[in-house]
Amino acid sequence: MRVLILLVLSASFVRAQVPFTRIVDADKEPGNWLTYSRTLDGHRYSPLTEINAQNVANLHVKWAHQFPDPSTEASPIVVDGILYVTGPNSAAAIDGRTGRTLWQWNRPLPSDFVSIGFGHTNRGAAVLDDKLFVATLDGYLVALDLKSGTERWSARVLDYKLGYSMTMAPLAIDGKVVVGVSGGEAGIRGFIDAYDARTGNQAWRFYTIPAPGDPGHETWSGDDWKTGGGATWVTGAYDPELKLVYWGVGNPGPDWNGDVRPGDNLYTCSFVALDADTGKLRWHFQFTPHDTHDWDSTHVPILFDAVVGNEKRKLISIANRNAFYYVLDRTTGEFITGRPYAKQTWAQGLDAKGRPIMLPDSQPTEKGALIWPNANGATVWQSPSYSPKTDLVYVSVREIGATYFKRTTPYKPGVLFAGGGENELPPDDVWGAIRALKAETGEMKWEFKLLSPPWAGVLSTAGGLVFSGSDEGNFYALDAETGKPLWDFQTGGPIAANPVAFNVDGHEYVAIAADRVLYVFSL
Amino acid sequence: MRTAILSLCAVLLCPLASPWNWATVSAQSAAAKPDSIAGKKLFQENCSTCHGLDGGGGRGPNLHTPKLKHAADERSLRALIGNGISPDMPAAWFLTDDEVANVASYVLTLGRVPQEKVPGDPVRGAAVYTHAHCDMCHIVSGLGNAVGPDLTDVNARRGAGQLHQTLEHPELTIPDSFLLVEATPLSGTSIQGIRLNEDSFSIQIRDISGHFYSFRKADLKELKKLRGTTPMPSYQKRLSATELDDLVAYLAAQRGPS
Repeated sequence: MRVLILLVLSASFVRAQVPFTRIVDADKEPGNWLTYSRTLDGHRYSPLTEINAQNVANLHVKWAHQFPDPSTEASPIVVDGILYVTGPNSAAAIDGRTGRTLWQWNRPLPSDFVSIGFGHTNRGAAVLDDKLFVATLDGYLVALDLKSGTERWSARVLDYKLGYSMTMAPLAIDGKVVVGVSGGEAGIRGFIDAYDARTGNQAWRFYTIPAPGDPGHETWSGDDWKTGGGATWVTGAYDPELKLVYWGVGNPGPDWNGDVRPGDNLYTCSFVALDADTGKLRWHFQFTPHDTHDWDSTHVPILFDAVVGNEKRKLISIANRNAFYYVLDRTTGEFITGRPYAKQTWAQGLDAKGRPIMLPDSQPTEKGALIWPNANGATVWQSPSYSPKTDLVYVSVREIGATYFKRTTPYKPGVLFAGGGENELPPDDVWGAIRALKAETGEMKWEFKLLSPPWAGVLSTAGGLVFSGSDEGNFYALDAETGKPLWDFQTGGPIAANPVAFNVDGHEYVAIAADRVLYVFSL
Repeated sequence: MRTAILSLCAVLLCPLASPWNWATVSAQSAAAKPDSIAGKKLFQENCSTCHGLDGGGGRGPNLHTPKLKHAADERSLRALIGNGISPDMPAAWFLTDDEVANVASYVLTLGRVPQEKVPGDPVRGAAVYTHAHCDMCHIVSGLGNAVGPDLTDVNARRGAGQLHQTLEHPELTIPDSFLLVEATPLSGTSIQGIRLNEDSFSIQIRDISGHFYSFRKADLKELKKLRGTTPMPSYQKRLSATELDDLVAYLAAQRGPS
């Protein structure tokens, strides 16, 4: 066993260094997957073409890897034939040829840790230079040696006893590692942090709920801002030319009872663009002012350039949990266009600035009000994908309505602070889909219907394929142009993870986690 | 009960809603004595859609039982309410731990009330069961056919009121796991039967004579979900009022092995 590992290491760790230039130039090495969405622009698109619409029917399992924990949501990082995967407070390096573990790391979880409103999960790692970066549930950003898995440094990001936690994959930018926090159901005050990748020293912090004296504070009253929520629990994107970090912000607290926090509640349910050097706010755009439906805007955004009017613009698009698809200017935050991409019964539409025009009876009540989408509707944390070949954004859509009700919940540190809840419609009244939207407008080109609302993200490839998974365990490939199903495989476990594609020994592999198993497919 | 797989392994499936570790919460939950009166109100607001206003069952099981199927004691009942039973029962993750404790306390009072008195005679009811040929489609203690639900422990799922309603209007109380479907293959005749499982690409069906079918959806011309339709006839006019009462009494006595 030891000899075998040494052989694999010598074959694979040729470079073992991932300077930031490699991540920026990721398209020069399409066989690797160097950041959460492969590229910093959030595309989750692979330029690989070996597996394509003509041969995908021949795809078969190459190997499988069992995780120590169930319900894996991790998206692997792949560097030169080695996969780096994570679980709750754990990480491992896996041989891309065989699925055998090369090293393993874990950090014990304190016995008094409680996750409020989310699962014991982790969605992936970041890599930069000679280190792998992992965020832990109990609030540490840990840097591991890429070769050995040994801890090089760890930084305490937050106090889990107040309901904060971390589940997202960090984002490595030039010299820094950016992280966001969970805890939007615990009355936290959210933030986005950056740490020096070399030392672990904090570089900056941006609070998503502005303090007295800061712009945006006027959208709160009294002490509401102290428990204002605004979690940042999904990995953002980065534009290395503009040097801007784009990150989604979650719901205000308490979730369902807005009576106790009058105002727009900035910067909840917004996207923020932060200066990478200082963490200062460059612009913000709020999708759902004064949200009362738990519609976190915590999504992976898609950065793309397109002609708007007669002008080539740098754009950012977000398929939001409130069921609208938005296109913004990513230099200024200016609203370009938006339209619904999933069933919604709460807004008449968007005004010229992108602010929703609310319909009556679209708020939670004491008795309960049926509203679409539900709190976990439209799309949630699972990644969308953008193919520059088709100019389509592929979104994993959850069609669910729910009866929302509000309650009075006093704030107590480290305790659920939700102010209500919801009852989802029964299983046979809800469904799912993969929808292909025109990137510039959000207009739907095709949809592939699913039996139930999915938790799996989407991968598109230059082979003309779209991969995703279902709650019933199907991993499948669709034609990227038409949505026609071309191949599917029953994994035996619910899929709540994002797929990736990479090369091992020059051949294309596609990977997806299904419950506690990572499946890797090839031709 | 869409899939057996899901019910086994999807406890932590819903990444935002259900999968937090209620056991940990409960372990450190407040010392205050749970309030079953407050729990009753919460139960009626949040649980009665499936379990009935009085907990006598509906889409979800009858809770008037001293032994709950999924929870051995109060602590595990609190964990169950907090985590849900995916995909059948949603997690009450929006309730605080005190509120969950109150609901659990109320649910346990339901099991302490004496078995409900029913007007009929269970011995005569057994004869009605035989004469009405219920065993053509149902099993009691191993005897009969498995077209409809096994009735060996039917009272654990449904109280007398629910049983009466099912006999008179079976189409109103179809269990989720007994959806009637009609599948028409591209070539060949249609199959009507109970959906045993389904995903986006395939469906598994058992027809009225007990044969299993597994179809790729791509090989079907049509797949109809006959919601609100059941192979079970209404017994409202087929049996007298006394016979119905007797049959209900017999079924209400089916509580499974003790």
